[in-house]
Amino acid sequence: MKADPQNVLTGAHYLDGNYAIAEGAIAAGCKFFAGYPITPSTEIAERVSRRFPLIGGIFVQMEDELASMAAILGASWGGKKSMSCTSGPGFSLMMENFGLGIMLETPCVLVNVQRGGPSTGLPTLPGQADMMQARWGSHGDYEVIALAPDSPQEGFELTIHAFNLSEKYRMPVLLMTDECVGHMTEKVIIPPPEEIELIERRYTDKKPGEAWPYQENELISPMLPVGEGYKFHITGLTHDYRGYPVINAEAQAENVDRLMAKVKENVDDLTWLEEKDVEDAEVVVVSYGISSRVVQPAIAKAREEGIKVGQIKMVTVWPFPEKRIRELAGKVKALIMVEMNYGQVYLEMDRCAAGRCETYICGHAGGTVHDPGSVYSTIKDAVK
Amino acid sequence: MAATEIRITGLGGQGVILCGYIIGKAASIYNEQHATLTQSFGPEARGSACSAQVIVSDQRVLYPYVTAPQILVAMSNDGYKKYKDTLAAESILVYEKDLVKPEGGGDGVRMFGIPATRFAEELGRKIVLNIVMLGFFGAVTDLMPVEALRKAVETSVPAGTEELNLKAFDEGYEYGVKLLEESKAST
Repeated sequence: MKADPQNVLTGAHYLDGNYAIAEGAIAAGCKFFAGYPITPSTEIAERVSRRFPLIGGIFVQMEDELASMAAILGASWGGKKSMSCTSGPGFSLMMENFGLGIMLETPCVLVNVQRGGPSTGLPTLPGQADMMQARWGSHGDYEVIALAPDSPQEGFELTIHAFNLSEKYRMPVLLMTDECVGHMTEKVIIPPPEEIELIERRYTDKKPGEAWPYQENELISPMLPVGEGYKFHITGLTHDYRGYPVINAEAQAENVDRLMAKVKENVDDLTWLEEKDVEDAEVVVVSYGISSRVVQPAIAKAREEGIKVGQIKMVTVWPFPEKRIRELAGKVKALIMVEMNYGQVYLEMDRCAAGRCETYICGHAGGTVHDPGSVYSTIKDAVK
Repeated sequence: MAATEIRITGLGGQGVILCGYIIGKAASIYNEQHATLTQSFGPEARGSACSAQVIVSDQRVLYPYVTAPQILVAMSNDGYKKYKDTLAAESILVYEKDLVKPEGGGDGVRMFGIPATRFAEELGRKIVLNIVMLGFFGAVTDLMPVEALRKAVETSVPAGTEELNLKAFDEGYEYGVKLLEESKAST
């Protein structure tokens, strides 16, 4: 399905990353936003609150982040594409209900504009230290989908992609950006609506009384519409396909296996990598979001000196591109992870390298993006 | 053209951020270049020194922060003092003549001053001082065609204030052109 023309501001704009994310959500057909403003994500809520009344959307400023996350789940079950945005402290508060979204299999999008942490940390400065929280922040076993834009343009595009994946896999999707991208203003090209491909919600074709919120032996079930005579029950308790609690090990295995299989069996579809000069590379720099951008001058400098260095930009960080990293580990001398933390996604890369090549972390505590000089030094260390 | 780093500094409320926004928009939307704008956020930016940073380039800007600006636009003395030492050699200082007292022009820094606040007051709205500065900036820096900047002013200011702002822009621009002619004549 194509985007609704009334939602799409086609043209070239000069927008910051947060506004671009808001426009991406609107273009994707998001019609419900609940949030509790927090720096550096506030501009998303601000833009949505101004734009939604013009297009029939509902914006609610909630009492806190727990309620915000709960509200977008409710709105999604009510039939709307929904989203919220937050940053570190709010992300922590949303974690319980994020898990509820995973358990209920509820499509929605949550944006984390990362700042420096822990705790209140650096509200106005960038970080990428919530990446493992994105992966494991809610309790229990589950898989997540997380995307990382490197610019306002990608903020727009990946927000649409996030909504599409959330509908396709019937689960919450995370957009993990950071203060630098959120507050950076650049040209954003918004294409005509007919060039924006949207995945719409799949609803059951069964009649009321014959349909359940999940289908037996189905990996991704269609949802049930509300207000059309379907009466059903959903719960955060372990449940069977009928949506009623079943508290035993067999039901737990069936339920959790399926939640994980939705992502695990579709890793190839979800993996989105952009590779450059990897074919002949001795060393490959792996990174995501803004870090994948600031590494490029360092890579170019090393290349000029004849060092065979390539780049992998992870557009999807979770699920981790395990297969590709394992392949490369057998071919290259070293893999370098560049991220604004002390080595969170690095641990995944190191695990997948499994000792078959050297691995390096080029990280720091956040508060600014990487100095390309530090990336260059790590490349030099790696080829020694 | 290599990347040009620009820092605009002044007091919160002078329109520093809008000034940076308009330069970036002019370059990227109306002059087919790349332009990345970043800004100082934080409680320290309200009412005291604040700044906007723009990098304009023919290629994609990869590193988003300004480190050694080739152009410093100063609308307050505090802002000027805070950032004067970051100016690169052979760079340009564009300053508000009544508010900023430049301390010499080491390393071949070229300095251009305009009493932008007075111009703005004469136009009846002190608030357009940033747009007067922009017009002046357009004349003395030669960074991009003046029409690109003018168009960006027209599409960035609040609806209904276009005429006033364009007038402010033109006055700043003309003052800059005249200043350049005078300095050519005297050399």
